[in-house]
Amino acid sequence: MKEILSGNEAIARGAYEAGVKVACAYPGTPSTEILENTVRYKEIDSSWATNEKVALEVGIGASFVGARSLVTMKHVGVNVAADPLFTLSYTGVNGGLVLVCADDPELHSSQDEQDSRNYAKFVKIPMLEPSDSQECLDFTRLAYEISEKYDTPVMLRTTTRISHSKSVVTFGERIGAVKEPKLERNPAKFVMLPGNARGRHYVVEDRILQLSKDGVSLPINRVEMRGTKMGVITAGISYQHVREALPEASVLKLGMVHPLPFDLIREFASKVDKLYVVEELDPFIEEQVKAIGIPVIGKEIIPICGELTPGRVRKAFGLPENAPSTVEKLPGRPPNMCPGCPHRGVFYTLKQLNAYVSGDIGCYTLGFMPPLSAMDTCVCMGASIGMATGAAKVLSPEERKKVVAVIGDSTFLHTGINGLMDMVYNKGAATVIILDNRITAMTGRQENPGSGHTLMNDPTNEVNFELLCKAIGVKNVRTINPLDLDECRTAIAEEMERPETSVIITDKPCVLIKREGVFKPGAPLQVVDDACAGCRACLKIGCPAIEWIPSSGKKGKAHIDPLLCNGCDVCSQLCKFSAIKEAK
Amino acid sequence: MSDKVTNIVLVGVGGQGILLAAEILSETFMLAGFDVKKSEIHGMSQRGGSVVSHVRYGKEVFSPMVPEGDGDILFGFELMESYRHLSLLKPGGTVVVNDLCIAPPSVLIGQDEYPAGMALKIQEVCPDCLLVDGQNLAIQAGNARAANTVLLGAVSKRLDIEEKYWIEAIEKMVPKKALEVNLKAFQMGRGLK
Repeated sequence: MKEILSGNEAIARGAYEAGVKVACAYPGTPSTEILENTVRYKEIDSSWATNEKVALEVGIGASFVGARSLVTMKHVGVNVAADPLFTLSYTGVNGGLVLVCADDPELHSSQDEQDSRNYAKFVKIPMLEPSDSQECLDFTRLAYEISEKYDTPVMLRTTTRISHSKSVVTFGERIGAVKEPKLERNPAKFVMLPGNARGRHYVVEDRILQLSKDGVSLPINRVEMRGTKMGVITAGISYQHVREALPEASVLKLGMVHPLPFDLIREFASKVDKLYVVEELDPFIEEQVKAIGIPVIGKEIIPICGELTPGRVRKAFGLPENAPSTVEKLPGRPPNMCPGCPHRGVFYTLKQLNAYVSGDIGCYTLGFMPPLSAMDTCVCMGASIGMATGAAKVLSPEERKKVVAVIGDSTFLHTGINGLMDMVYNKGAATVIILDNRITAMTGRQENPGSGHTLMNDPTNEVNFELLCKAIGVKNVRTINPLDLDECRTAIAEEMERPETSVIITDKPCVLIKREGVFKPGAPLQVVDDACAGCRACLKIGCPAIEWIPSSGKKGKAHIDPLLCNGCDVCSQLCKFSAIKEAK
Repeated sequence: MSDKVTNIVLVGVGGQGILLAAEILSETFMLAGFDVKKSEIHGMSQRGGSVVSHVRYGKEVFSPMVPEGDGDILFGFELMESYRHLSLLKPGGTVVVNDLCIAPPSVLIGQDEYPAGMALKIQEVCPDCLLVDGQNLAIQAGNARAANTVLLGAVSKRLDIEEKYWIEAIEKMVPKKALEVNLKAFQMGRGLK
C-alpha cells in the first residue's frame, strides 16, 4: 500500500510495524504529530507525559520489562530528558527503545537551533537520520533491531523539513513475533549504583566501537559514485539538497550519523579528488572526519546558522543562482493570538501596570508582539517562575513589585511546579499568573493533566490548580475571569503589591478547543459607526477581528469583522463611547 | 515520463486552508503516477501568520523545497503574500492568485497601510498572472468557503494532469457533505481563461 505521509506519520507507522507497545511524548514542534498518529493504532498505548523527562522514563520502564517503546520530543525536550538518557546508555535496554528527537534548524518554532546530533556523541549511543518519509518508516523499524541487537537506546533524529514534509511511502506489516513483557530482574544491569555503573561504562565504550565498525557494511550508509572529481558526505535533509544542487557529485549518504563508519569514509575519500561535508548546523561530521586526518571542506562554505535549502547549497558551491525578483518592503505578517483569546486581556493589563513580565513558552509568548508588547523575558519551558524569583531577590522593594511571571497550564505542569515550590520555600516575593486555557494550545491543542482527557481520549483526573498551589504553600491564590478587564486589573495590581508569593489563575478556555461545551463563543460584536470617535483605544489589544479603517469618517474608525469575532467583549470594555455592541 | 520536476508554491495566511489545498495537489500527482514531495511549516499557521507550502512532482523528486527561483506556479491565496513570495517563481512563471487582501497586524492597528496596487505589481513582475475572484465564484458554486477549490480548478488547468485524478483526489480529501459544492467550484475555476 502506498500513501503520501509526513515524516512524523511515517515514524508512527514504522513504530507500529516494529511492534511498539508503548509510545510516550511531550508535544513540541516539529515532533508533535508522531504521537497524534501512533494513537490511531490500537496496539500501541500512546500517552502525553507531563514533560520529556517523564516521557523517557515511561519508555525506559516499559523497555526494562521487555516492551518495545517509542519516546518523542523536540530538540530542546532532549535537554529536559538528558538526565535519564545519559544513564540509559549505561543500562542498555530490554525491549528496544527509540528516542525521536526533532531538531528545528531555522528556528521555525523554537527558542534555539541546537544540533542534537551532539547528544548521540555525548551519550555514546547510535543515531539514525532519515532523508525522507520512506526512510522515516524504514529507519524506525531498523532502529528497534539495532537497539535490541546492540543493547542500546537509539536516537532517530529528524529536522523540521523531514518531520513536516510529505513524500510517497510504501507500507509494511506489523511484525508477528512481539516479545510479551514480563517482570525480569537484572539489578547488575538496571541498578546504576557506582559499583554496577563502573562495569557498564566499559560496555558502552565497546559498543560504540563495534557500531562504528559494523556501520561500514550497514546498508543505510551508502556510496553513490557518479564521478571522481567531487565527493560529498551528507545525511538527512541535506542529502536531498545536495542531489538537487549538485547532481553530478558522488555522495556518501550516511543513514547512521553516530558513530561514523570511519573505514567507509576513508575508502570514499580515497576515490574522489575533492571531499566536502554538507550538513546543517554544527560541523558534526566534518570535525570527526578531520580528526582522523582526512582533509575536507565544510563550514568554510556551508552556513552554520539556519537551515539549508537547494539555493543555499548552490550558493555555497559558487553555482549561479536565479536572481530573485526585487520586491519592495512589505508589512510583516507574524502570528497573532486568536480573536477571543483569553490571554489578550491579561497582557493588556500587564502593560498598563508596567509589569516586568517573566515569560514562558506557549501561545502567550505572543504577548511579546505589538501592540501588547508585554513580555520581558522568555528562556525555556518553566523558566518564568524561577527567573522571577531570581529577579525579585536582587531588585529594590519598589521594583520587585513589578515582577510578574506568566506561564500556561501545560508549561506549569511541565516544569513550572518546581519553580513555584522553590519560590514559596525561599520566600520569594513575585506574582505568578497561571494562564489556564485548559489545553496545550501552541503545539495544536494537546490534552494535558489539567484538561481532563488523555491522548487516547479517555476522561481522566483534572489537576486542580488552586488546591495544588495551596498545597505547595502559596497563601494568596485567586482565580479570575481574564476577559473582565476590571477584575484583571484589580487582582493583578493587588497581588503585585504583596510582599510575598501570589498566584493568580485565569479560567477561560482556548477558543480553538474542539471538544463540545468547553469554549462557548459570545455573540459577535460590531462597531456602531456613528458612535465611534476614532480614538483607537480598541486597537491596543491587537485583536485580528478589529481593523482600523483610515478612510472611514474624518480621522478613521474601527471595524469589527463579524466572521472573525468570538464575542469575548474585551474591546467593548475599552470603548469610552459605547460604540461596540452586539451585532444585530 | 520526462525528468522535469514541476514546482508549485502555495502562499497565503494561516487559517485560509492552504495546507488542505496542498494535500489535494499532492494526492492528485501521486494518483497520476508521479513521485511527489511537499514541505511546509505549520504549528503557527492557525495564528494568522504567513504560510508557505511547497509541492513538487516528477519522475524523481529530491528536495521537498522548491529551489529559490525555480517555481513554475505560484498559487496565491492572498495578494500581499503572493507579491512577497514572487522570488520563489522562475522568470516567466505563472501566478494564479485570489483577489483578496487580508490586513496583517500592523495594518489592523493602523500603524501601516496595506500596500496599494498589489495585483498590478504582481502582473508587472509576472505577466502570466490570473487574478481569480475566488469568493464570488465560490458563492455562485454554493458556498463562500469553497474559494480555495475555485483557485485549485484554475491551477489544475495549467498543469498537464488528467482531470480524473483531480476529481479522485477531491473526492478523497473533501468531506462528503461539502463534495458537491466543491466539485462545482473546481469546474468553475477550471473554466477560467
